[in-house]
This record gives sequence, C-alpha cells and structure tokens, in this order.
Amino acid sequence: MYDVLIIGCGISGAAAAFELSKYRLKVAVLEKENDVSTGTTKANSAILHAGYDPEPGTLMARLNVRGSALARTLCPALDIPYRPCGSLVLGFSEADRASLQALWQRGRANGVPGLALLTGDQARALEGGLSPSVTCALHAPTAAVTSPWEYCLALAETAVRNGAEVYLDAGVDAIAKTPGGWQVSGRRGVFESRFVINAAGVFADRIHDLAAPHAYAIHPSRGQYFLLDKAEGDRVGRVIFQCPGPAGKGVLVAPTVHGNLIVGPNAEPVEREDTATTADGLRFVRETAEKSVPAIDFRQSIRNFAGVRAHADGDDFIIGEAAGASGFFDLAGICSPGLSAAPAMAEYLVELLGEKGLELEKKADFICQRRRIRFHELDNAEKAALVEQNPAYGRIVCRCETISEGEILDALHSPIPPRSVDAVKRRCGPGMGRCQGGFCGPRVVELLCRELGLSPEQIVQDRAGTQMLFEETKGGGAHV
Amino acid sequence: MYDLIVVGGGPAGLAAACAAWDGGLRRILIVERDRELGGILNQCIHNGFGLHYFKEELTGPEYAGRFVKLLGETGVEVRLDTMVLEVTPERRVHMVGKAAGYRVEEARSVILAMGCRERTRGAIAIPGTRPAGVYTAGAAQRYVNMEGRMPGRRVVILGSGDIGLIMARRMTLEGAQVLACVELMPYSGGLNRNIVQCLHDYGIPLYLSHTVTEIRGRDRLEQVAVAQVDKGRNPIPGTEMVFDCDTLLLSVGLVPENELTRQAGIEIDPRTGGAVVCENMETSLRGVFACGNVAHVHDLVDFVTAESQRAGRAAARYVLDAGAAEGPVLTVRGGDGVTYTVPQRIRPAGVERAAELFFRVNRVCGGSEVLVTSGESQIARFPREHLAPGEMEHIILPRVLLDRAEEEITVSIREVAAT
Amino acid sequence: MRELICIVCPKGCRLRVDEAHGCAVTGNGCPRGAEYGKIELTNPTRVVTSTVRISRAAHPRCPVKTDRPIPRGLIFAAMAALEAVNLTAPVRTGQVVVRDVCGTGANFVATRDL
Repeated sequence: MYDVLIIGCGISGAAAAFELSKYRLKVAVLEKENDVSTGTTKANSAILHAGYDPEPGTLMARLNVRGSALARTLCPALDIPYRPCGSLVLGFSEADRASLQALWQRGRANGVPGLALLTGDQARALEGGLSPSVTCALHAPTAAVTSPWEYCLALAETAVRNGAEVYLDAGVDAIAKTPGGWQVSGRRGVFESRFVINAAGVFADRIHDLAAPHAYAIHPSRGQYFLLDKAEGDRVGRVIFQCPGPAGKGVLVAPTVHGNLIVGPNAEPVEREDTATTADGLRFVRETAEKSVPAIDFRQSIRNFAGVRAHADGDDFIIGEAAGASGFFDLAGICSPGLSAAPAMAEYLVELLGEKGLELEKKADFICQRRRIRFHELDNAEKAALVEQNPAYGRIVCRCETISEGEILDALHSPIPPRSVDAVKRRCGPGMGRCQGGFCGPRVVELLCRELGLSPEQIVQDRAGTQMLFEETKGGGAHV
Repeated sequence: MYDLIVVGGGPAGLAAACAAWDGGLRRILIVERDRELGGILNQCIHNGFGLHYFKEELTGPEYAGRFVKLLGETGVEVRLDTMVLEVTPERRVHMVGKAAGYRVEEARSVILAMGCRERTRGAIAIPGTRPAGVYTAGAAQRYVNMEGRMPGRRVVILGSGDIGLIMARRMTLEGAQVLACVELMPYSGGLNRNIVQCLHDYGIPLYLSHTVTEIRGRDRLEQVAVAQVDKGRNPIPGTEMVFDCDTLLLSVGLVPENELTRQAGIEIDPRTGGAVVCENMETSLRGVFACGNVAHVHDLVDFVTAESQRAGRAAARYVLDAGAAEGPVLTVRGGDGVTYTVPQRIRPAGVERAAELFFRVNRVCGGSEVLVTSGESQIARFPREHLAPGEMEHIILPRVLLDRAEEEITVSIREVAAT
Repeated sequence: MRELICIVCPKGCRLRVDEAHGCAVTGNGCPRGAEYGKIELTNPTRVVTSTVRISRAAHPRCPVKTDRPIPRGLIFAAMAALEAVNLTAPVRTGQVVVRDVCGTGANFVATRDL
C-alpha cells in the first residue's frame, strides 16, 4: 500500500514526487513511456517566466511567481542548468504599448519584481539585435531559462534517492476505488494507494475519467521550434517575446542554457501526441521571429521539433481533489507557465493532501543535493585531476558537446538509468550538438549495449518501438 | 616542445606528417581521436581511391594502410584515442585521452587536419515526425561496414553526394531495397562514376530537382513524401510521390569541422567553411596550417593527400627556416561561376615554381574556359570540356604568371559552348 | 553510336562508342577509357567490395574486394560467396579470402590489416 501514487513523470509528476519525498511517505510514480520527461516537458520553450502573464488571482499567477522564485535556489542545489537572463516583451505599435502597460500592471499585481517599461531605443541598448521597428518593451529581470528535461530528471532522481519509486513503461488502464483508497492497474501490475495524483499531461482528462466523473477535456496545442547552432547562441542575451495573443505567449527568440538559440513556437490544435513539424508552421515561426530579431541565421538550424501543450478547458491550472473521487487529485491543464510553476504546484498539492489527512512528517535525512560531472565546464586543472582519477573521463565520445565516456557511464548508472539513446542525451548531452549524433550515435549504442547487456537490435532511439538497427550483415540470414 | 603537432590522423594528417618528416622535422606528434589511424577511409571500403597518387585503384582502407605504413617508417609519434580540446594562438595544444590523461603540448607549428562532418536533417529542415530510421549516410556507412549492422531494409536516399550514392549500392548489396535517390538540384552532387556504378547498375532511380517534403512514422520511419521542386527549389504542388520505407539516408553535404580553428581566432572563409589559407596552406595564424576537408570539402582523397603534403612541407620550412614567405600578398577571388577558391591568398615570393589552385563552379557548364585575371589583364586561360559543382577543379599557375598580377587575381568561368 | 560516362577514374570522360565500327571509342582522355568503353558495351565488369565476418579483431567485419573486375551479372553471386566466410585475426591486406569467385578467376582479398 502506497501513501501516494503519481501517474505521469513529466515535470508536474516529478515535482510532486520530489516534494512528497521530503516526508515519511511511501510514494511511487507510474510513467507510461520508457523514460521520464518525454511528453510536454521535453519539448517546450524552456523558460521560467517572471509571472506577469497570468491574470491576478489565478493559480497560474500565484504558482508561477512562487515557482520561479523557488527555482532560483532549487536549480543550483540539484545541479539543474539555470540562466537568469531576464526577458523582454516587444511592442511594435500603440496597441502593443497598451498591452505592455496591461502586462506591467498585471505583473505588479502578481508581485513580479523589477518590471520596467522601456522605449524602443532603451530595449535596443540592451539587445542590439532587435528590430528597428520595436517601439516599446517590457523588461522582466527575473525571467530565466533552464533545461526542462534536466529539471524533471533532477527532481525525479532526487525523489528516488529519497526513497520514492519510479516505474517506467507503466501505462495505466484502470483505476478503482477501494475502502482504503485506490487501486491502479496497468502494464506493470496492480498498485494500491491511499491517494492518487493525476499528472498525466495531455492524457490527464482520460486518467481523470478512469477515476472520477468527467470534468474537463484536454485540448492539445502544438508548438513548433527551431534549435540553432551555438554559432547563433549569442544572437540575443534575453528571452525575447512579442505581445501575447489569444493563442499564448507567441513566438519567442531565446538563448538556451546549453548555448544554442531557440526560436518558436506557433500554436495549433492537434491530436494528443502529434509532435510532427510542418512546412507552414516552421515558416510562420521563422517569419514571426524575424519581426523581433531580423538577423537570425536560420541556416544554422540544427534541429526542428514540436511539443504539445496540455491546455484544459478554462484558463487556469486544475489542481485539487476531483469532485466525486475522494483522494484522487488532479494536477492537470499544466500548460505554460507549468514549467515555471512546477515546484510551487507541488508545494500547494502537498498542502491540499495534508488537509485531506495525509500525515506530513518531514524526513530528517532528506537529500536535497545533486551533482553531476560536466567535463567541458571544468577548468584545465580540474579536467586533468578528474582524468587522472578516472580515465573514462578522458575519452571524449561526443565531440560537438565534449561529452566524455565517464559522463555517459555516470548516466547509465544514475538513479533512473536511461534505456535509449535519447535518454542518454537528456541526461548528459551526447548528440545534442551540431552533428546531432551522427558521430557519437554508434558509440553511445555501443556503451548502452555493453552496460545494459543488450544487443544492438534492442537499442531504441527514443520511445519503445523506435528501433535503430536491424540484423547483422553477413550470415545474419534474415536478408535475401 | 614538438616541431609539429598534427590534429587528426585521417588522410590529411597522415600525408602532412609524412611530408613534414621528409622535410626534415623530427619531433612530430599526430593526435587522433579514434582508436586507429585512417579516419573516415576506414569505413569507405569501396574502391576508386588513389588513381592520381598511387596510379592504381585502391579501397579506402588500403589507401589509409599505405600511409600508415609510410608513417611507420618515420619516427612520427602518434597518440590515439585522444581528443584535442583547444589550440591556442601560442600553439599550445590541449588534449585529453583515456591513456595519456589531460596534456598540454607546445609546438613550433601546428597542422589542422580535423576533416569534416555531415549536414543533418535539422540543417535542411525537413518537416514531419521524428521517428527512428533517419540517418546521415556516413553514420549508416559506419554501421554497415565497420559494425556489420543493417540500419534499415527499405531505403530512400536524399541527396546525391558521393557517400549517398555509395551507400545506395552498399545497402543494395547487403540485401536492402533502395527505392530512390532524391536530389534537390537539377544535377547530381556526386561523381559520374558513382552514378553509373551505384545507381544505374542496380536500377535505382535518381530524381533530380526533387526533395523530401515530409517524414512520416511514429516510432520507426514509415513513409517519406517526395515532390518535384521549381527553380526556386520550392516543392511543386501536385507532384508528390510517397515511398513506403523504414530508412531515410541523408547525403546533403559536408561541413568542415572548424571549432578548434574558430576558437584559436583563425580567419574563416564563409564560402568554404574552412580557414582562409595561403599558397602553402598556412592560415591567418603564423605557423598554423590547415589541409584536407577541414580547409574545404574535397571529393578525391588524392587531392587531400597532395594538399596535405604541401602543408607538411610548408610546416617544415616554417620551423627550419624560421618563418614563412614575406612580400606582397595576392587575394584570390572567385568570379563569375566560381563558388570558392583555395588558397584564398597567394604570396608569390612563397611560390617556388607554380601555385596550385582548387575551386568549385556553381553550375554545370559545357565547353568552357577558366579565366584568371588581375585587374584588367588576363594572365591565364584554361580550356575545360565539362565543369560541374560536384567535381572540384584545379589549375596550376606558374610563378612567372603570378609575378604579373597585382593585389588581386580573379578566377571565373566563361562558357563557350552550351551544355 | 552510344554515349557513356567513363568510370575508370573520377574524371568522368564522356565517351562515344561506335557499335557499328568495332566499338571504336572517342572522347576518352586516356587509353583505359577506350578499353572501358568497349568492355562496357560488350561485357561490363566491376570490382566488388564488401565485408566478411572476422573474429578476435578490433572490428567485427573485415573489408574485402575482388582483386580484379568480375562480370557485372555475377555481383550478387559473388556477394553470396561471402556469407559463409568467417576469418580469424590476424588478417593482412591482400590475403585471399575467397579463391576463384564464381569461376571468374578473381579472388576476394582482404583490404586491411586486422
């Protein structure tokens, strides 16, 4: 019998697990994919918003501002990449000026510190790459960028180190009320728990409907992106937005914590997991971004991708006990600013669980620290000492990002071991660079085979079914 | 202190090191990131290498083997499984390896011979899903030839660069079905011999002026959509074909691997993607040379060898004669029809008998003349029956002609007969 | 008259082969081109390159080639002859791996040391 069972290990589920693992509770997370962080969490803008967008009084407003503040200390503690770069919302017209005014007021009401309205010239003084047609801007110094999947992984891994359990390939088929709580069954068997948290992202409505009367629907909205080479990484130093519209915060241009430039997203309704990019969508993103920052060199693109936002009915997060399902809690409709709000959402959720009778006794030995070796960030003396101590750090596997075999081995033996080439990439970065794994891919496959005792045919690129290699040449017999 | 450190032990680095040894240098170090010398040649098991240099037709491993043997007869030191992390302007080379650890070595001269990498799906922005089964042709080549693993069974190839063509044949021979080779341009980017031997021989259709417009499939690749493109290279509606395939190989260009070069503050030519070099392959940083695919992408290893030997000899002269050629510098410009030239600068004083000039044209031309002009005057003219962007051209400019040039020389194409 | 692209070397000379007059070749840049033009029309041949299994070596495959061109029509038969081969290191460049491939007189030889 678990105290709390969490369904879904994206940023919301991972944050909930992390928060709950601070207490003397038996906690498990069920994730339907072969890794954590594979849905909305892995494909978004990677922004920790300052918090001037949401309407005052909403959960989004409160949890965004609080979550971004928590991230400032949480990220360094858990070794999550974090760059407090600030953001600018650009205005190009009088109408935009009015929108910026409104954002400024909202931000003040939400308690966002340091907001300032700038003229076009003041904005260009901060960001030389901005278009000459920018007439005004809102500067928010507390906005930051992070690595969403590393954020999620760090939370989930730390939860595991503090005793939480994470089950992968653990899709849920049925949820039933029992006298003592809930019975959740699926791919990995039957789990009994007093409380259940629904953090199922774009599938949150389906999971909700397994346990409670229908209450809301998820309306997935896809956003497409360009990721540009590090050669373009300094094109802007801050997150550059345009005025938000009905479809969201619009197309942004931002540096990433890894030194690249990210450009996107558009917004379009799609099926739940439709993460395809389209020629029209990419063209829209590109043309819109050029309005903010005209000189972006899109020839430096190294990857296009799309993510699906888990919009729910209504304009706010859905956090709380589901009506007619005592002990079943939703953490749903977590679209932007979900990444920013995550740690605050988890705090709030735990508060609600406490009110419903979950005993919250803090662990004395809670580990709130995590370190991983990033070879390329070390200075020369540190590199020398590290290789001396463990030669595996001396073999560079990914030459674009300078990732060593030692770092990959660390990842392979981490609390939630990766099972795919992309899962290794999410943990330590090989294949993230300009060659996109062309060179290191075969070497990562080799390490996965060696460390996990698998044959090359069993290695997947990403999710289950994404087989990379087929039979052997010569006498494999399968080919004609 | 080394006389010379060569970064990269592929064909360029091997030839450069051997030539520098023959030129009199004795403390030479090659740093190679792989566990063996030879670079990409080790996976290029097809033949066609060495016709110019060895006057016989060799496979990639054989070509590499010849140079490894030559190197073995010298006293050149080799560090394998070692990655160079930084080359400073003072020619201090930072490297790290499992066996040697983190080391900083100083050198009187450095030769950059890091080669190139393949362009990827992201670089050409193909829309669609992101299933497994989309590989660069070179990665697929490594899986098949070195590791003995099939990366797919039903294959479409985008791009008709040489590696793509070679892989069309290779996959076919190993039992895969290659459905099509799709090329955006109206001409192939590969060598004619490869189109004949790799596509025609096996009845694999080549669709010129076509491109992949969409990638489909949730887990493994299931389909690609291919459409014809107009002169502006935009897909033409209504021309779409769909291929059921589990693999898409990309052979869409090579990019010189110049991160170390940039880091060292060496001037880069945006047209080649490599360092701006002089007649002896010296970069803008004195005593640092670049050769092979890191300087500009070649299509024949024989030319890589020749160019790298030039760099090796020049490094030897630089170290032994304490400095390089002085005197006026000619800027070499690509004129009409010419995409780039290598070298981009010539110091006539540094040219013994003649300077060798490589260039690529930007379109397919029939009977043409390669014109070399300086200011108003024409200083040389070379007839050519056929020119194509996929085939690197070279001309030889005798010193006496260079002495007639002032400040700048321009290489351009004048077509005299229609294609 | 047949037009061909010469593939003897990467230059790709444009050959014209006169079938009516004993396959006389024009457009060739060297004598080997003339020979190629003639053979390509009468009995096209190719050097076949591939790999074979190898044990106890740095890599699981060893590259091989036919030591002379074989008739184009026999390429797949030649490939089949490699299926059963399993070398054991050490192997030297030039070492014969399959003798007299499909009765052509050509041998498959290793193309690297392993």
